[in-house]
Amino acid sequence: MPEATDPKPPRLGQRIYRWLDLRTGIGALLHEALDEPIPGGARWAYVFGSVLLFLFISQTITGIFLALYYVPSATSAHTTVAYIVKEVTGGSFLRSLHAYGSSAVVIVVLLHLIQTYLYGAYKGRRELLWISGCVLLALMLAMAFTGYLLPWDQKAYFATTVGTNMASDVPLIGTWIKRFMRGGDEMGTLTVSRFFVAHVFVIPAMLIALIATHVYLFRKAGAAGPPSEDPVNPRLPTERFYPRQVVMDTIIALVMILILGSLAHFAPTELGPKANPAETQYVPRPEWYYLPIFQWLKYWRGPYAIFGIIVIPAITAALLVLVPFIDRRLERRAWRRPIAVGVFVLILSGFVFMGLMSVHDDQRDPSIAKQVSRQHEATQQFMREPFEPEGTASSFSAPVVAVLDPLAAAGKKVYEGESCDACHGEGGIGSAAAPKLAGATAQKSTDELSNLLKKPTPKMIDGGMQAVNVSDEDLKALIAYIKSLK
Amino acid sequence: MSGAVRLGACFNERFCKTRLTYVPMNDASFAERAGRNAQQVVSRRSFLGVLIGFAAAVMSAALSVPLIRFALHPLVATTTKIVWSDVGKLDEFGSLTAPVKKLIEVEQRDAWRRIVSEKAVYVMPPENGAVRVLSPICPHLGCSIPWNEEKQEFICPCHGAVFAKDGVRVSGPSPRSMDDLETKIENGIVKVRYEYFRQLIPQKERLS
Repeated sequence: MPEATDPKPPRLGQRIYRWLDLRTGIGALLHEALDEPIPGGARWAYVFGSVLLFLFISQTITGIFLALYYVPSATSAHTTVAYIVKEVTGGSFLRSLHAYGSSAVVIVVLLHLIQTYLYGAYKGRRELLWISGCVLLALMLAMAFTGYLLPWDQKAYFATTVGTNMASDVPLIGTWIKRFMRGGDEMGTLTVSRFFVAHVFVIPAMLIALIATHVYLFRKAGAAGPPSEDPVNPRLPTERFYPRQVVMDTIIALVMILILGSLAHFAPTELGPKANPAETQYVPRPEWYYLPIFQWLKYWRGPYAIFGIIVIPAITAALLVLVPFIDRRLERRAWRRPIAVGVFVLILSGFVFMGLMSVHDDQRDPSIAKQVSRQHEATQQFMREPFEPEGTASSFSAPVVAVLDPLAAAGKKVYEGESCDACHGEGGIGSAAAPKLAGATAQKSTDELSNLLKKPTPKMIDGGMQAVNVSDEDLKALIAYIKSLK
Repeated sequence: MSGAVRLGACFNERFCKTRLTYVPMNDASFAERAGRNAQQVVSRRSFLGVLIGFAAAVMSAALSVPLIRFALHPLVATTTKIVWSDVGKLDEFGSLTAPVKKLIEVEQRDAWRRIVSEKAVYVMPPENGAVRVLSPICPHLGCSIPWNEEKQEFICPCHGAVFAKDGVRVSGPSPRSMDDLETKIENGIVKVRYEYFRQLIPQKERLS
């Protein structure tokens, strides 16, 4: 060993490294990780895989931190995200980093795919490497889809309603898939917890396993090098992964974090008003990377819809997954593979075209454009409002009612005197026997309430409600009181 | 050979020399350098290593600041807003001869929730017409102190701290007397600000 012939004693850093190496084998590990030979040398074109790994780690860390304050239920999801955005220090920034990060993942996955395809880097015993990459693409899109619902605002709710409805177009099992995803026929609290579990536990576990497989298969096959290289027996002189390729990857990762950080800081992701299933005007639009599919589905109605919705996408996906089996020649240069590259470019431009058409359609239709701008305004308005904490549903006591109005104060006496509180609870908080009045009665008109109190509907009578038999004056006071309840 | 940037250097030459036969690009001197010892390998790769390490350190430091602030938010922000709670009508307490326990309702913020929680306080027999309300929390380690009717003393069940009828420390491990809560009287109603105080110190110090 060189140490024996070296006159100088080793420095402290080297001694620590040697100590660690003898016990952990870290030297062999670093060698394995960093001395990967790249035929033809390091290139900027090869950075995408490393950048994706970096983004995945960033998404994992920001996601774990967001989970500190997030509660996956239909009642609390929106409040907790609003709390993160409006109250928690750095909350808006972190949430934006995570949201923009998901878009960045989709962009870099596409660039990684385009680079690999155009370089013919799926050739030469790399079929499994390619297929694992395709599965990773699908998992990333699933992450984006499940994460989109979690804030439970209008946008998230309606986009996911449309998204899960698409599943019901699948023949035979479509309805079942939709119900499975939603946890029932309707979107509700079970949908949130299902999407949360998928987004936080199930898909990430699959992602980690597949990333490990993908990297392992990549190292097994070796870097493919430039398109002129033989994919099975590389002949070009090699350069090791470290240091030049590592430096390039690090620079791009740095640029990436700068872009994401600036976006998150200067243009933070907005949160809209809480999901309101009763809203009928809402125009749902998916996140930008789902726009092409969204637009495509618009064109397929009627008996041939099955072709557009199932057959053509299935053929496209199958072509993508099976391309290493179809395009088997070892020729990698793009200009010598006109069919493979032509079809790829055609499909890719189709996607871009569909996305642009979707945006164009929305701008051309004045009623949609108007509604979209209304929705945008509602979001802006919600972002300006201060954080509103969740009420005291579980509290044992009635909400503190400031009875300022003397009429309402008189009504309180009637409320208690007529034993309304026996069923509707103190201060109208509701009980197991009768619904909550607080908040619910405020929107109804005095006349409507007066009629309901004098002549309850059959449904109300079934529930045990009795006609209120008091003087008109007392009735007026009672209505003033129950309308004042919040 | 100085410490200039060398492209194509091997990270761990021990392995490259023995296992790999690739010749690095842009580096005619690889064979020559392959024969060098471990110390020189370290110095050769150090410049880029430091550069990458520095970039990574700056990146993670910059990113960890918002993460840490985000996680520490509950420690920094005051999530509990203290408000006045009703104790009862002033006339009720005029004829007290011993401390009496009253339950009050405190409206609080629990992160994203607004909650109303029930707390116990002691209303003391009036001295010169002034109303005193004591916190039942022991200044020693925070147990709730019951009033012992028989002995006419407050006796903490945890470590036996004893307080007189007026809350003054008598014996035991408590560093100070029981804590007075701020009170006021509005329209004949006694109101109190429920608060917590730091334990184990001789002075009364509010926990914000």
